[in-house]
Amino acid sequence: MIEGKTHVESLDARHELQVADVSGLETQLPPDSTVRRMTLNMGPQHPSTHGVLRVVLELDGETILSARPEIGYLHTGIEKQFEVKKYQQGVPLTDRVDYLANLNNNLCYSLAVERLLQLEIPAKAQWMRVMLCELTRIASHLIWLGTHALDIGAMTVYFYCFREREEILKVFEMFSGQRMMTSYIRIGGLALEPPRGWHAVISKVIDRLTRGIEEYHELLSSNPIWVNRTKGVGSLPVDLMLELGVTGPMIRAAGVNMDSRKDCPHTSYEKFDFDVPTRTANDVYARFEVRMEEMRQSVRIVRQALEGMPSGPWQADAPHVVLPDRERMKTQMESLIYHFKIVTEGFRVPEGSVYQVVESPRGELAYYVVSDGTARPYRVFMRTPSFGNLQSLGAMLEGVLIADSIAVMGSMDFVLGDVDR
Amino acid sequence: MLPDAVAQNPQIIALAEQLPGAVLDASIAVDGLVLGVAPKHVESVCRYLKQNQGFVRLSAVTGVDWWPREPRFEVLYFLHSLAHNARLRLSVRVAEGEPLESICHLWRGANWYEREVFDLFGIEFRNHPNLERILMPADWEGHPLRKDYPIHGHKYSYQEE
Repeated sequence: MIEGKTHVESLDARHELQVADVSGLETQLPPDSTVRRMTLNMGPQHPSTHGVLRVVLELDGETILSARPEIGYLHTGIEKQFEVKKYQQGVPLTDRVDYLANLNNNLCYSLAVERLLQLEIPAKAQWMRVMLCELTRIASHLIWLGTHALDIGAMTVYFYCFREREEILKVFEMFSGQRMMTSYIRIGGLALEPPRGWHAVISKVIDRLTRGIEEYHELLSSNPIWVNRTKGVGSLPVDLMLELGVTGPMIRAAGVNMDSRKDCPHTSYEKFDFDVPTRTANDVYARFEVRMEEMRQSVRIVRQALEGMPSGPWQADAPHVVLPDRERMKTQMESLIYHFKIVTEGFRVPEGSVYQVVESPRGELAYYVVSDGTARPYRVFMRTPSFGNLQSLGAMLEGVLIADSIAVMGSMDFVLGDVDR
Repeated sequence: MLPDAVAQNPQIIALAEQLPGAVLDASIAVDGLVLGVAPKHVESVCRYLKQNQGFVRLSAVTGVDWWPREPRFEVLYFLHSLAHNARLRLSVRVAEGEPLESICHLWRGANWYEREVFDLFGIEFRNHPNLERILMPADWEGHPLRKDYPIHGHKYSYQEE
């Protein structure tokens, strides 16, 4: 029986609950009891791990003492599959590596092979690639925003974000016939000619997004619950994060200005005028701010692409690499022969190796392609951003409450296809 | 010993002076400099590059199986210097069964990458904190990314297990 005042006397007194002297409680515990740590499995099936990720947590009450992420549940051997396919057949594989940033992966692989082939890509194809990659970045950040907010409890944002993303997926469907696994960026340029009327459709989508991004930012940043749950959570010292291989919005929210679009210019990114947002707070809220600002900058890039899109061919002038136009293929003999050769034998890529870096919505994405002179890649290694970012999860979750761990995992924005390949 | 194109590079000269015998060859690939490093000098070269030449980031570690060429495996380290915006590739040729020194104490992010190389190629890293399989199940036999490992695995069905 606990002595003293323990019941609430009035509404005001609720905040100052007088708990009696609890030293008497200890005698109530059995003499040989020990306080034990609990090992909890946040198993591969979990709504908030954003995929099949297993985290083994050692807990002291609600505080995580250690977290050990285990991956490999989505490993499908994509790197090995590259070695038995021709170069052009590898493009659809890259879609599925990071299934939320398809075009960025297509771009990285295509750029790597084009560098080995020393192909010149015409300006129009490059600008279209930039525009579509930035639209993919916005789509990916919208998913991140919706699911991150949903995990923390703000369910409305999820619906708004997915509604916006629906418009972007309609754009992708218009271009390539596919909403997600577009494979639209191919070796040598684009897969198909850009459809008629694309300019007006994308203009409308961008105008809607510009209003939408402000709305969603306001919806969350002015919500004290959101701010309280995300500010001050999930920090690690910056040099530890750099050592652990963290890239992308996470490292930019820690103050390091690292963006492959600016540092390793490719695909005419140097012709576009945009800023790389950084923050110094290095917590979940800072990462939220960085990604929201990145969405605004992506909108800015797409607007510039819409205004200044050059005219010209949308594929490189390389008949042995790029499939010919179908009408020409049906009427001209050489086109038919080229088509036949490319489809059945593939094109030979000169011996060499290249490490091509691009900026995926999650961070630094790089493909290391090794060629042995045949029509099949000898080795393709994908340096995926989520693999590097996820390594820091163990360190980031030490001393954090379970509820905050969900916020941290959401702010990391990893995709298991990226991690496991 | 070094080809002319890279012999003038002051950083390479400094590295070769500091650690004689470490740099076996150098070449310029499509995307930049590639240094061939002797297996037993990997750790010291990485430490020198990190501490003296500002390669503060390790982008990735991976492997290539060149079977049947000898030495069989090539382990690649991709380094990145933020201050100089420079990237460097280190290439180490190891034979089958030859272990490499782990660089986890230099960059903690090398942990999972070295585990992946061990898992998929079978290259051992000495002094690694927890060298175990990472992508394949813990009881898997064989190293899938080797060239003599068939694309569909050794069995067609794992139903009976």
